Amino acid sequence: MKRIDKEKLVLALAAPVLAVVVAMALSSGIVAASGKDPIEAFRLMLEYSANADTQVLILNRATTYYLAAVAVAIGFRMNLFNIGVDGQYRIAAMLAAAVGGAVTLPGPLHMTLILVTAILVGAVWSGVAGVLKTHRGVSEVVSTIMLNAVATALIAYLMRDSLLGVLPQGSDQLTTEPLADSADFPGIPVDVDGRTMEVYGFIFIAVAVGIGFHYLLNRTTFGFDLRAAGASESAAVASGVDTKRMVLYSMLLSGGIAGLIGMPQLLGESHSYGVADFPAGVGFTGIAIALLGRNNPLGIAFGALLWAFLDRSAPNLDFNGFEKEIATIMQGLIVISVVVAYELVRRYGLRRQQQRVGEELAQAARRNVTEVAA
Amino acid sequence: MRQVTKLAAVTIAGALALTATACGGSSSDDSGSKDKGIGLAFDVGGRGDNSFNDASYAGMEKAMKEFDIKGKALTPRDGESEDDKVQRLTQLAKEGYNPVIGVGAVYSKSVKKVADQFPKTSFAVVDASDNTGDNIANLVFTEEQSSFLVGMAAALETKTGKVGFIGGVKMPLIEKFEAGYRQGVEYAKPGTKVLVKYLASPPNYSKGFGDPAEGANAAKGQLDSGADVIYSAAGASGDGAIKTISQAKNKWAIGVDQDQYNQKSLAAYKNVILTSATKNCSGAVYDFIKSVVEDKKPMTGVHEFSLKDDGVGFSVSNPDFAAKKETVTKIEAAKEKIISGELKVNDKP
Repeated sequence: MKRIDKEKLVLALAAPVLAVVVAMALSSGIVAASGKDPIEAFRLMLEYSANADTQVLILNRATTYYLAAVAVAIGFRMNLFNIGVDGQYRIAAMLAAAVGGAVTLPGPLHMTLILVTAILVGAVWSGVAGVLKTHRGVSEVVSTIMLNAVATALIAYLMRDSLLGVLPQGSDQLTTEPLADSADFPGIPVDVDGRTMEVYGFIFIAVAVGIGFHYLLNRTTFGFDLRAAGASESAAVASGVDTKRMVLYSMLLSGGIAGLIGMPQLLGESHSYGVADFPAGVGFTGIAIALLGRNNPLGIAFGALLWAFLDRSAPNLDFNGFEKEIATIMQGLIVISVVVAYELVRRYGLRRQQQRVGEELAQAARRNVTEVAA
Repeated sequence: MRQVTKLAAVTIAGALALTATACGGSSSDDSGSKDKGIGLAFDVGGRGDNSFNDASYAGMEKAMKEFDIKGKALTPRDGESEDDKVQRLTQLAKEGYNPVIGVGAVYSKSVKKVADQFPKTSFAVVDASDNTGDNIANLVFTEEQSSFLVGMAAALETKTGKVGFIGGVKMPLIEKFEAGYRQGVEYAKPGTKVLVKYLASPPNYSKGFGDPAEGANAAKGQLDSGADVIYSAAGASGDGAIKTISQAKNKWAIGVDQDQYNQKSLAAYKNVILTSATKNCSGAVYDFIKSVVEDKKPMTGVHEFSLKDDGVGFSVSNPDFAAKKETVTKIEAAKEKIISGELKVNDKP
């Protein structure tokens, strides 16, 4: 049994590693085709990311991406494609910032209020898609994608300065009422050339979310039902799982986590909601990272770090006369390679399994023959 | 439970390993001492937007040539966030570029943040006025004044009594254009109808300022509703509007930021460009660089470039427009009144 486990692990690692290697090779080809040295491009990215300040930026970006990918992964595990993580995170961040800005409370209470608001708003927004699916059979892919657009419009409406928006004197960027200092989530200070930078303290919350996700999936009845329903709906129904309820719950859970995506930025950095601080697209990046990390909390952590590394080291390419799109191309190639690599590895694993089963059957048959002969 | 602990340990160890090494290196040996020249960070669209990015770059190029210094200009990617901007400005400052210029109000917050960290470097942000600091200059323009003047041109030249306004993104900066334009229309010919269309809401900046197809659609809609002079304040999206207007008969387009009649990429349609509400980004950027490099007395605070100093204006490069003596005279007269303060232009709709 031990041996098979090891093989499983190797196969599980093989796909993402293969994907990253293929993506690197392909992007090297592209860089070379553009007449530049690919080795130099990678060297520039690595060299730049060896710096303390870049690493702080990478960790902070990875924290956000990690939460996004976990939100997506919860849905994926249940065979639900929550494409609406992006909208859920933005509307949650906006309303949580507005609620947080409207009150003054002692620190922990203030932050709890903001976090609970964010989780609830995210859950309500994804819940709409959940209810539509369970009660009207609307595909969650379609409804969540449309809810993204609704979120954008609703935010634009609410952010007018007659409603929740505030226009700082002389500024052109509407924000929500800035949060009081009590909502400042402490970070880990890092000193860089006398400049102080902070790693989001929220990174620990993100780790906790990852552990919670792992525990929920593997150690609870709910998690078992969720995985069962994701693996085969009919089998799950036969074993007494209420799949409709599971759809709604996992949608709510996914949206709730999505609500947290903007929190590291809100509580650790910007202290108010402004569209520039909470860009659209993070939810979609989450999909790619969940895919890369095979919906596994640890895999996602590596995926998020890799993605953040590519994001954050790309500017150094631009700085040195390389096309910074190399990093974007690489991210795109990784996604494609991941899909292809998983399929290849899955087929290879399947073939190995068939061979082994065939081998065992043949052995058993041979034994039978000898027994009969004796 | 054991597995959970292991998982937690590995995740945290991974995160900490990165931070631990973070204590070691730093990405530059020295801050602000090496003089690499001018650092400039573009707004969405980057170089080639035929609008204020290009204009700002022109100012930088002029300064580079004149003062014999080097420089670097960096372009953002679509959908990036605030801290990507902070990172870009930080890298410029850290590598020793001085002055560092952020083009566009989107850099307002990030310039403030980075300027605090690099007190020896001079910063400027174009189109924002909310930054205080000993080493920050805010370069702003009174676009409502130039919009007022082209609004007059639109009202005086319309045959249908309807004129159009296309804004890139519905945000205060662009509403300033709309406000001035409306007021100018009303001033020149009361009762003229103004059709207003914004292409996008924040955060869809690239749809609003970088999508000619969107501009073309909006222009088509306004032409169909009977507008015959259309002013677009929408960056590169406006190019699409101008192209569409050129395909209709006897319609006028009004350009923005640069004198678009003389813009190479629009040469094929230039006959329909009645005038442009110009904004001298190039001059503002040049003035700022000069103050740092040549005069050694960096600009700080808010610098408003207005009609008075040709910071904004309207162009008469189209001979067809120059020939409309009466219209041009009326606009010139209003311009004098605005400069003298006799006529106030609102910056809010």
